[in-house]
Amino acid sequence: MLEIKNLVVQIEDKRILNGLNLTVNKGEVAAIMGPNGSGKSTLSYVIAGKEDYEVLDGEILLNGENVLEMEPDQRAAAGVFLAFQYPLEIPGVASMTFLKATLNAQRKARGEAELTTPDFIKRVNAAATQLEIPKDMLKRALNVGFSGGEKKRMEILQMALLQPSFCILDETDSGLDIDALRIVSEGVNALRSQDRAFLVITHYQRLLNHIVPDTVHVMSSGRIVKTGGKELALELEANGYADYRETEAA
Amino acid sequence: MADVTLMKTPAETALAQAFESAKTSLPGQTESRAQAFEQFTQRGLPHRRVEEFKYTDLRAMMREIAPFAGVPAADEVKAALAGAKALAGVEALQVPFVNGHFVRDAVDFHNLPENVEIVPLAEALADGHEWLARLSPVPWANDNPVYQLNTSFMADGVMIRIAGPVEAPVHLRFVTAASSAVATATRILVVVEEGASVTLLETHESTNGANHQPNDVIEMIAGDRTNVQHVRVNAEGDKALALSTLAAKIGGEALFNSINVVAGSATSRHQVFAILDGENTNLRVNGATMLKGTQHADSTLVVEHAAPHCESRELFKTVIDNEATGVFQGKIIVPHHAQKTDGRMMSAALLLEEGGSMNNKPELEIFADDVQCAHGATCGQLDEDLLFYLMARGLPKKEAESLLVQAFLGEALEFVENEAAREALVGTVEGWLKARS
Repeated sequence: MLEIKNLVVQIEDKRILNGLNLTVNKGEVAAIMGPNGSGKSTLSYVIAGKEDYEVLDGEILLNGENVLEMEPDQRAAAGVFLAFQYPLEIPGVASMTFLKATLNAQRKARGEAELTTPDFIKRVNAAATQLEIPKDMLKRALNVGFSGGEKKRMEILQMALLQPSFCILDETDSGLDIDALRIVSEGVNALRSQDRAFLVITHYQRLLNHIVPDTVHVMSSGRIVKTGGKELALELEANGYADYRETEAA
Repeated sequence: MADVTLMKTPAETALAQAFESAKTSLPGQTESRAQAFEQFTQRGLPHRRVEEFKYTDLRAMMREIAPFAGVPAADEVKAALAGAKALAGVEALQVPFVNGHFVRDAVDFHNLPENVEIVPLAEALADGHEWLARLSPVPWANDNPVYQLNTSFMADGVMIRIAGPVEAPVHLRFVTAASSAVATATRILVVVEEGASVTLLETHESTNGANHQPNDVIEMIAGDRTNVQHVRVNAEGDKALALSTLAAKIGGEALFNSINVVAGSATSRHQVFAILDGENTNLRVNGATMLKGTQHADSTLVVEHAAPHCESRELFKTVIDNEATGVFQGKIIVPHHAQKTDGRMMSAALLLEEGGSMNNKPELEIFADDVQCAHGATCGQLDEDLLFYLMARGLPKKEAESLLVQAFLGEALEFVENEAAREALVGTVEGWLKARS
């Protein structure tokens, strides 16, 4: 599904990713853990196509296609979804308007017919109910005045509606209380399928109790330095990142 | 100084000649026109060294004066009105003007809505109608050269009296249909009597893209406890040089809400002169301006809080594409007796490309000591992070930009109470954005 080969990325002359290699298979839930500043968020932005980053080397293949040549919207239509660590507030754009515009833009890009309004509303309502999102929240401007938990739930709602094939969760657990963490995790778990892969980026093992990964990668200094099963997350929780930071200093 | 003969520009000379030949044929007494033209002549067309016109140099922009439009033929009127599009879907009492002349036949004077009286201005001027005494409700507007030119040349218009609540909006529809450039000067007076309420729609458009030169003045006298909702749309052709003035005197405990939407003209200047003349009045003046190419649009605003305990809110949003230029000049005046004034003025501009420019000049003149007044001006580009967020959800760049521009202008449009008009304005914004991509 996703194959990253020797990815080298810098921002404003600062090298962030240093020859990163990573493979995530169809149906797999891969977690990336690592200390602050190891390049986890950069990786998620580069996959989604944020402009600020300069890719010096390497490639990112999604189902064999190099996404680095695509605009962010083309990547989205190809199945990439990034659940933002800090979802943005968009004053003046009603959540429903936004959802409909994104959904139809992706359908159009894939050559599918636009959704009818009743069909659209039915889908939104179903997803909102599952994520315990009240209807009046959908009437408000996107993310404006939403709590941290509400913003994260809104991200997962978008994921549920857009049905992407490759989902990146960038520190989705940050700023969530226990209840919100449960709701968000259940939302994500409901989307797990054989055709969909996840890249879950987190500092803490806590999230991985709810969204149980198939593989865990440790990232340090812009590289994957260790790969293991879900037990690796527990090991990190117990020992911290100290062992891996040494690599960083070297 | 008295011995110095000022050099006139060709445009000023043309205006003098036009006035000389028109003054006897224009309706009504020539005295007040001559006085206004004399005042205009003393200073001539304002230029960049005149503070109020620093960013809109009319001497440089008005190189030529188009001939003043005559009364159009019946078939021209018919074609013009059939082709009129601005706010066309909004149900309203139509009060149309073609080439600056009131289309009398379009109004059924015997079946006007309750509480509405309309008097054609040309006739009123000729007859010396008693309402004429109520023209020029804002005394200091008389010092303004654009206003002086209108007073000199005003050929037609209407005087409307609103005696009580009026349900359907009154739509003042201005269409210029002349095939080559013409100048027009219209004057509207709207008197809203104590306790009355009305929605006034005012649209300006042209059936062709000729370089017309309209100069329109609308004056309003809103009594105590009135509610006036005013929506103005500049949808002039892309070569027009459009000058306009709203002069309003508003009584106490009133609500007055005016928005000007600019979606046309090569050059435009809309002036709002308002006096809050009674306590506890609430004024809102908004602007939503969309510019592209080399368009130039000026929004000039002077609000005098002549009574205490009034609130005014001014919000001007300008979107600038290509190499267009926006101007906002706003001044809130609070004399010493106008205590407890609450005034807030904001101008925000969005530059979509590198070549555009925005000139913001907010001013406060405060002589009272117990007031809350604030002004702000911003000028920036679309937020890259927001664009990325929208694109990461699948919206192509132009669509993402459009959504953000709509949201930006939407803040100014949301105060339009009449739903059909508001939706039509949203449609105007969408149309502008579509033409862009």
